[in-house]
Amino acid sequence: MGPEFAFYTRFNLPLLLGVRARTIPELLAGLQAAPGASIYYHTHRFLQQHHYMSPEPPNDFAFWVTGSLGLDALGERLASIDTVKFRTITALQQRFVEVVEAFIRDGKSPSPECPEGEEFHFLSCRTFILPTGLKARDLAEFLAVLRTVSIDSIYFHMFEARLRLERGENDFSNWFEGIGRKDLAAEIARLDPYTMTLEGLRKTLIQKVERHVQS
Amino acid sequence: MSRVSDYAPIVGDSFVDELRLLAERLEGRSVQNINSTSVGGGVAEILLRMLPLLQDLGVRARWDVIKGNERFFLITKKMHNALHGVQEQFSPEDWEFFLEVNRQNVDVLADKADILFIHDPQPIALVENKKANGGSWIWRCHIDFTAPLPAVWSFLRKFIGAYDVAVFSAPAFSRQLAIPQVLISPSIDPLSDKNKDLSEEEVGAVCARFGLDQKRPIVAQISRFDYLKDPLGVIGAYKLVKEYIDCQLVLAGGGATDDPEGLKVLEEVRAEADKDPDIFVLFLPPASDLEINALQRASTVILQKSLREGFGLTVSEALWKAKPVIASAVGGIPLQIAHKHSGILTHSIEGTAYWIKQLLNEPEYARRLGANGREHVRNNFLITRHIRDYLLLFLSLSKKKDIVFL
Repeated sequence: MGPEFAFYTRFNLPLLLGVRARTIPELLAGLQAAPGASIYYHTHRFLQQHHYMSPEPPNDFAFWVTGSLGLDALGERLASIDTVKFRTITALQQRFVEVVEAFIRDGKSPSPECPEGEEFHFLSCRTFILPTGLKARDLAEFLAVLRTVSIDSIYFHMFEARLRLERGENDFSNWFEGIGRKDLAAEIARLDPYTMTLEGLRKTLIQKVERHVQS
Repeated sequence: MSRVSDYAPIVGDSFVDELRLLAERLEGRSVQNINSTSVGGGVAEILLRMLPLLQDLGVRARWDVIKGNERFFLITKKMHNALHGVQEQFSPEDWEFFLEVNRQNVDVLADKADILFIHDPQPIALVENKKANGGSWIWRCHIDFTAPLPAVWSFLRKFIGAYDVAVFSAPAFSRQLAIPQVLISPSIDPLSDKNKDLSEEEVGAVCARFGLDQKRPIVAQISRFDYLKDPLGVIGAYKLVKEYIDCQLVLAGGGATDDPEGLKVLEEVRAEADKDPDIFVLFLPPASDLEINALQRASTVILQKSLREGFGLTVSEALWKAKPVIASAVGGIPLQIAHKHSGILTHSIEGTAYWIKQLLNEPEYARRLGANGREHVRNNFLITRHIRDYLLLFLSLSKKKDIVFL
């Protein structure tokens, strides 16, 4: 018998940094100075808070640039930053900085100020991780837990573990690999979970694991 | 009295199980809430509902109230107004008296709780006893802090800085402070009279009592009669819609009868509505929660066309009933509505009218917005999330890293 999989869950407590932006240069300054936890928060907030919506609204930066400054082209560029490709928050932060710097350098678009009350507020978060007490020793047990475990737990193992804890790959794939299910591990690792709702992700995971339980 | 398990059918068993896991991690630490009133007002209302739930989770939570006289509460009322940006004058004697009352209330700290949870400005100066009393100190600001008058801000700032952490309800309320600031949004209770499920018969009975025709669309704004809620703007938007769609408008809300401005607004609204039998201006007495609930459920579209707003929890109340909501992008409303995803955000009378027409003519889109809105509230603005945030806040006091393994 292989190693057990212990399901953890996680919760975020949002922190207010007291820093706000009204213009693109102020957004850039905030992006450069923000702690990693802030970049993580703003690129994952919609995913966590709106996990029933499809398609997902983009990250907070893109949402604000489009909605409050009316800069659709920049908003699109920020929205299309492929979060799943980044293995560290620092690299992701650098990419956001580069896109905004390029926009400023280009200088072709106006640099508007947002309406009063629509400022971008930089937030951050403290993350609390704890075991749920649920464990699986094989794929059948894993499937049973997957159906009922909280969405926060799935979120933790698929997103937080990979990018925030810098474990390289999502926890599920790592475990599947460890119990000799390399095909399933690769299938899950190939998913782009950022383009699904969290409940949609749960369904996809269940379907994929089900096929392997039956095989 | 509600128990945490009563909420499992709404938020899921796993959510409730996780609340218990978090509460266990507090390991018996005691939490003392302190504010200035045990009845009336949003703070007392939320504490009344929350305390039993925290206790049901095994948290040693209690709630005490400081004592003050009329002069003290006149000063704190002025402070409240000044925090909302109203020009108020304070004399040195006002500040001195405020401090004196806080110092007279030192006995409230006698039990030396592990965590002191101080709500709003009235008892803020109790923190002067932090060193002697010990414990971790949290200042919880429930009010709009967007543009406080400098005089009151500089007075309060000295005390806020002595706390271990400050808690605000919306990002716009945060300031540059040397202590950590936490964002915790307020919440609604899905089991309260204002939000619990009602039968069609109960909703129908309320509509019949007020003479509403449930066969025709009902557009409603349920809010205090106050210029800042822009009821006249709501009537303006309705009139633009009425040119094309046969609908009714409900403007329902309460207001203090001793508030001359509130009565003036009500008179103006009635005058504006006078000649239209499809406009229903309903001045509701206190304790009309069931009526408000029924009116929201009977509505086709709900508006919150505020010019200024604290958090605007009436939006969450409406979304919880899966109603399409059109609201102004002010205060905490953008936290509750993602434009075109879980509701509509507007900036003008014309824009509001445009979206009312869209939603009345496209009921399937309106239904989708309402369904998304309800899920958004389920995940973010119910009392269970509020409790979870408070548990995390209490746990955060003894853990300093960004990522905490419990």
